Amino acid sequence: MKTTEETTAGGGDVRLTGISKTYGDFTAVHPLDLTVPEGSFFALLGASGCGKTTTLRMIAGLEEPTAGTVHLGDQDVTALPPYKRPVNTVFQSYALFPHLDIYENVAFGLRRRGIKSVKKQVEEMLELVQLGEQARKKPHQLSGGQQQRVAVARALINHPKVLLLDEPLGALDLKLRRQMQLELKRIQTEVGITFVHVTHDQEEAMTMADCVAVMNAGRVEQLGTPADLYENPRTTFVANFLGTSNFIGAEVDSTSGDDIVLKAGGGKLVLHRARASAPATTGGKILAGVRPEKISLTHADDAGGIPEGRNRITGRITESSFIGVSTQFVVDSPVCPDFEVYVQNVDRDARLVPGAEVVLHWNPAHTFGLDAAQDVDAGVGTAEEEVA
Amino acid sequence: MATVTEAPPTPAPVAPEKKPPRKRGRWTPYLLLLPGLLWLVVFFALPVIYQASTSVQTGSLEEGYKVTWHFATYWDALSQYWPQFVRSVLYAASATVLCLLLGYPLAYLIAFRAGRWRNLIMILVIAPFFTSFLIRTLAWKTILADGGPVVGALDALHVLDVTAFLGWTAGDRVLATPLAVVCGLTYNFLPFMILPLYTSLERIDPRLHEAAGDLYAKPSTTFRKVTFPLSMPGVVSGTLLTFIPASGDYINSDLLGSTDTRMVGNVIQSQFLRILDYPTAAALSFILMAAILAVVTVYIRKSGTEDLV
Repeated sequence: MKTTEETTAGGGDVRLTGISKTYGDFTAVHPLDLTVPEGSFFALLGASGCGKTTTLRMIAGLEEPTAGTVHLGDQDVTALPPYKRPVNTVFQSYALFPHLDIYENVAFGLRRRGIKSVKKQVEEMLELVQLGEQARKKPHQLSGGQQQRVAVARALINHPKVLLLDEPLGALDLKLRRQMQLELKRIQTEVGITFVHVTHDQEEAMTMADCVAVMNAGRVEQLGTPADLYENPRTTFVANFLGTSNFIGAEVDSTSGDDIVLKAGGGKLVLHRARASAPATTGGKILAGVRPEKISLTHADDAGGIPEGRNRITGRITESSFIGVSTQFVVDSPVCPDFEVYVQNVDRDARLVPGAEVVLHWNPAHTFGLDAAQDVDAGVGTAEEEVA
Repeated sequence: MATVTEAPPTPAPVAPEKKPPRKRGRWTPYLLLLPGLLWLVVFFALPVIYQASTSVQTGSLEEGYKVTWHFATYWDALSQYWPQFVRSVLYAASATVLCLLLGYPLAYLIAFRAGRWRNLIMILVIAPFFTSFLIRTLAWKTILADGGPVVGALDALHVLDVTAFLGWTAGDRVLATPLAVVCGLTYNFLPFMILPLYTSLERIDPRLHEAAGDLYAKPSTTFRKVTFPLSMPGVVSGTLLTFIPASGDYINSDLLGSTDTRMVGNVIQSQFLRILDYPTAAALSFILMAAILAVVTVYIRKSGTEDLV
């Protein structure tokens, strides 16, 4: 790849500074600062209408920001039209040119930049996306997955500083999507170009990206690695949008060293201070959260065997569904009416059926604390709605 | 709060049932075709056969005509009226080019830029059809009248000197010159150009424009490499819908032209209705039809739109 040196020289970070977009009264993107490190696989994750695509289009130059600047490395590209930006986009529905064959689609960018001998590069690129055989076919003769790869090849061949992907896998079926996720990840590792990937699929963002920005209503809710976002969500939106969370409305009872003791229902819960994203003052409210897979479920008759020092809650199973690797329970407890618990199917306890009285217990380290003044259900179901 | 991660397995497809061959529906397609076929036979096939036979007849009005397979009529008609044929093709082609030059920007505007004005502009394009073709053409007689404001302005700008030099106008007149006839043809057939152009432009996914821009194409290159090629079906059907009727038209030449601007349509009309030489008129009609068919066939082949249309 000849131009790799050019790409790496001068820093290739994408820097958005105070960027915003309004349409009349509607604010699609609130002033936003974001830095995408060079060479990273960066995901903008959010439900539809959260401003992630608008943000991407402002990087591409297809949308003019109302305020703020876009920098690629040291270059301010805010005022540049798209055809002058060293950035390429993989469009949501691919936007392949229907009147050109695959070869010419891929060669389009090179030819526009006046490069005469495109043959070798186009063939190499088609090889990279495994479409060498299809070079002379028209886009409509290809399957969705193949069209998707043409769209990637057409963009990548230009060695952009940044490759922007706008829901590139949205039109594919589940199996193909999984396959293409790995494929895209492989290509990104191979070419080392910065990828900015817009998606509403949290699983997709988590599998592919090094860094995820969760967006909601035109703002970035939280930025971090997938594991960090999952383990330490700072808002209920992030906690619900990425996976499932259980929330317990609690009151701060006392603090001792690194632990915060919470009062919920009649019982006490312990939360590590480092995992509380809201200030904890005695008597103040806090939302204690815990992921369903961190919780163990013990029948009430065996409650005595639960080790000391674990957070516990009592309740009654209302639903259980067996899904192979695990069983998902819904437990009605005084602090939370539908507590979700996923239990690995290692040693199944036959007594754990709907109606059974149980004790839920988990390591206090797995509790996270959020500001109680937010909607507990923010972000619930938004991801699924869109897939359907 | 439950997140169902796995889609339920889809049931295996049920083997298609063996359907007994349907007897009742077998004739339905033919019944549906019948009205159209009847129309075609009565108003196209029969007249064509009738004219074909007329064109090889000899005789006179008094003694009656007989089929004598007199093909010389074709040759005579062609050798006598070839200037009118050439003129028809030239005028029709000029009008078609003018329609394309005027219509394409307008169709582009309506398709991509008009926004909420789109419907209004479309109505304005179609509105002239509410008035009779004759009246509209007669109106051009007033517009281009000698000493009228249009001619005066063209004269003052010395445009008439140029057009007179090119042989399109004569002296300080526009009326009764080739220019007037071509203007009339252009005006009358413009909507037939705009509508198909609009239809094919409107179908172009605007994201293709974005994709071209994203791939380093300047707006002008985007037009040349993406928009225009994709609008070719509209260009082809628009030019055909303009050229074919324009080349057979005689009203414009009749009302806006002179004896020097007679087109083949004028000749056919006068042969049929004034001179009453039916065989020559029929032969001329056939030559015109053949010529148009030939031109259209070559044109469609050249523009390579078989898989686009």
